[in-house]
Amino acid sequence: MWIVRLFFILMVLFVYTGCDKLNSDPSEFAGSYDSSVWPATFGLGRVALAREIDSLNIDVRPDGEGLPEGSGTVLQGKHIYIAKCAICHGHTGTEGPYAKLVGAFYESDSIQRGEKTIGNYWPYASTLYDYINRAMPYNNPGTLTSEEVYSITAFLLYRNNIIDSTIVMDARTLPQVIMPAQKLFINDDRTGGSEIR
Amino acid sequence: MKPIEGYPGSKIKRRTLLGGAATAAVVLAQTAFGKVMQKAVTQAELIVDPTKKLGPPPGAIGTRSPFEKPFKLPSDTSSRTPLQDLFGTLTPSDLHYERHHGGVPLIDPDKYELLIHGMVKKPMIFTLRDLKKFPSVSRTMFLECSGNFRGSKETLSPQEICGLTSQSEWTGVMLSTLFREVGIDPRATWFLAEGSDAAVMTRSIPIDKGWQDTMVAYAQNGEAVRPEQGYPARLVLPGWEGNTCVKWVRRIEVSDKPFMTREETSKYTEPVTGGKIRQFSFVMDARSIITYPAYPAKVEKGWIEIRGIAWSGRGKVVKVEVSTNGGNTWNEALLQVPVLDKAHTGFRFLWRWNGETTEIMSRAMDETGYTQPFYKTLLEARGGTGGYHFNPVTKWIVQKNGEVYLHPEAKK
Ligand code: HEC
Repeated sequence: MWIVRLFFILMVLFVYTGCDKLNSDPSEFAGSYDSSVWPATFGLGRVALAREIDSLNIDVRPDGEGLPEGSGTVLQGKHIYIAKCAICHGHTGTEGPYAKLVGAFYESDSIQRGEKTIGNYWPYASTLYDYINRAMPYNNPGTLTSEEVYSITAFLLYRNNIIDSTIVMDARTLPQVIMPAQKLFINDDRTGGSEIR
Repeated sequence: MKPIEGYPGSKIKRRTLLGGAATAAVVLAQTAFGKVMQKAVTQAELIVDPTKKLGPPPGAIGTRSPFEKPFKLPSDTSSRTPLQDLFGTLTPSDLHYERHHGGVPLIDPDKYELLIHGMVKKPMIFTLRDLKKFPSVSRTMFLECSGNFRGSKETLSPQEICGLTSQSEWTGVMLSTLFREVGIDPRATWFLAEGSDAAVMTRSIPIDKGWQDTMVAYAQNGEAVRPEQGYPARLVLPGWEGNTCVKWVRRIEVSDKPFMTREETSKYTEPVTGGKIRQFSFVMDARSIITYPAYPAKVEKGWIEIRGIAWSGRGKVVKVEVSTNGGNTWNEALLQVPVLDKAHTGFRFLWRWNGETTEIMSRAMDETGYTQPFYKTLLEARGGTGGYHFNPVTKWIVQKNGEVYLHPEAKK
């Protein structure tokens, strides 16, 4: 008798969990592959060597982590900029043809003033190093030395009224630069529902 | 309000057509050696009764009818899906929108590797073959660029207004499956995803999304992901802005802070009220657009099935309403079932047009209770400037003469 009862209970449990799965939304369904029965590892892939990680790990963060050795100056940066960047971003960094890079921050109208620039919009100086290093010059990416990237970064920060012309950029000074637009940044506050944000 | 000549894709048409007065269309034909080549269809061939002429044998690759010419609309930075030329909700892979920041890279699948490192127990490298051997998942969903709005003149088609959205069935391995292999540090809160294009493009993504439903996709609509879409492997983050779905993904670095990359600071951030700039706006809000009748279509008095697509990055579309009198009254449209989560959803509404000039529009509602806003409401919420995540109601003017034009609300 108790066996019948146990069987009945098990059946009920089975039906319930089964239904649950079918009724859940597809995202849960897709993610609900029952991994509890999976092996601890599928044994695919291999351990990455430190050398392999280092060769790809080029990102630079706001706290300066990832910045390489070396340094650069505004004056050097000016020469490199004219030689390698001006053709696309203009001699003054304002006239294009591509992305306008220079434009100072104005407390009164900040982002309302025309095109976004490093000076009026970029919240972190580390992003400049990181982006120029990985993506510029557009037609010849990944070719700049760390000295060159430090120098151009210094030059562009200077041209945007953020540092003075004597500051040497390196792994210590770059994270100390505070960008004027940083205080304007807020995190996404949309949550769905009736309010339009 | 004159339509653009030869629209759409007139540039491409001129280049592809082989010329000559007798050329009626272009087809792909197979030569005796099995090579596929372009061949012109002549007027003479067209007047032959197809039931009286043996057709070509089965081929190695299918082709689109020479009479159908849906084209993407490329610019320097993107290429748009011809929404007004499509039916249903799946985007043919070759018409999927494109947006990249350093062109389309050529990647040898045999050399492809995905590195996962940072705050993990065991940094690991997976080859494409590895990825394909893991438990897999398929999911049909939309991908949309968050910079997907234009609306400053009458002669804009759905493709030009919001053609940076497309839908595919994606297949791949869940990122959570790979996370399990490398062992994520419980203190980790973000990860960086990096592509192997010329921009070596990067985005920071909250780790929860990685655990929840992020996919490393290697297939799209049943075949390998197309190069423009991230071959041989890319991320797909259901409902999140296209830019986070990093293509050609080569590296994932687990961390406890966001990295503040260029694409999440200088780009893909938007002004909001109070002079602030909103960052990490990942989710795509609900949107809809009538794709027929829409510019450049021309309609006739009588019964018209109004058709369109609706979608939401926050879940399912629960309702689409259509107005045929400039927004005075609204009618519930029919939704094509099954309605999928975070997916383009087809809607239709049968309308008997009396031939008078009027304005038609649609608005989508999703399961969070969000209703697609009007342009003005949205502009106010954004402090008077447009930008990313701009999803207003699109209004179409149906003129007495049957021509359909956008009601342009956006400034230049
Ligand atoms: C061949 C043209 C070209 C050259 C040369 C070039 N750039 Fe660029 N640059 C571009 C383009 C195009 C973009 C926008 C890329 C995109 O769409 O993501 C850009 C973007 C940028 C940005 C980001 C702008 C923003 O507001 O987000 C910076 C910074 C930049 N370039 C710096 C440089 C520097 C420094 C050099 C010289 C070392 C350089 N560029 C050389 C074409 C060029």
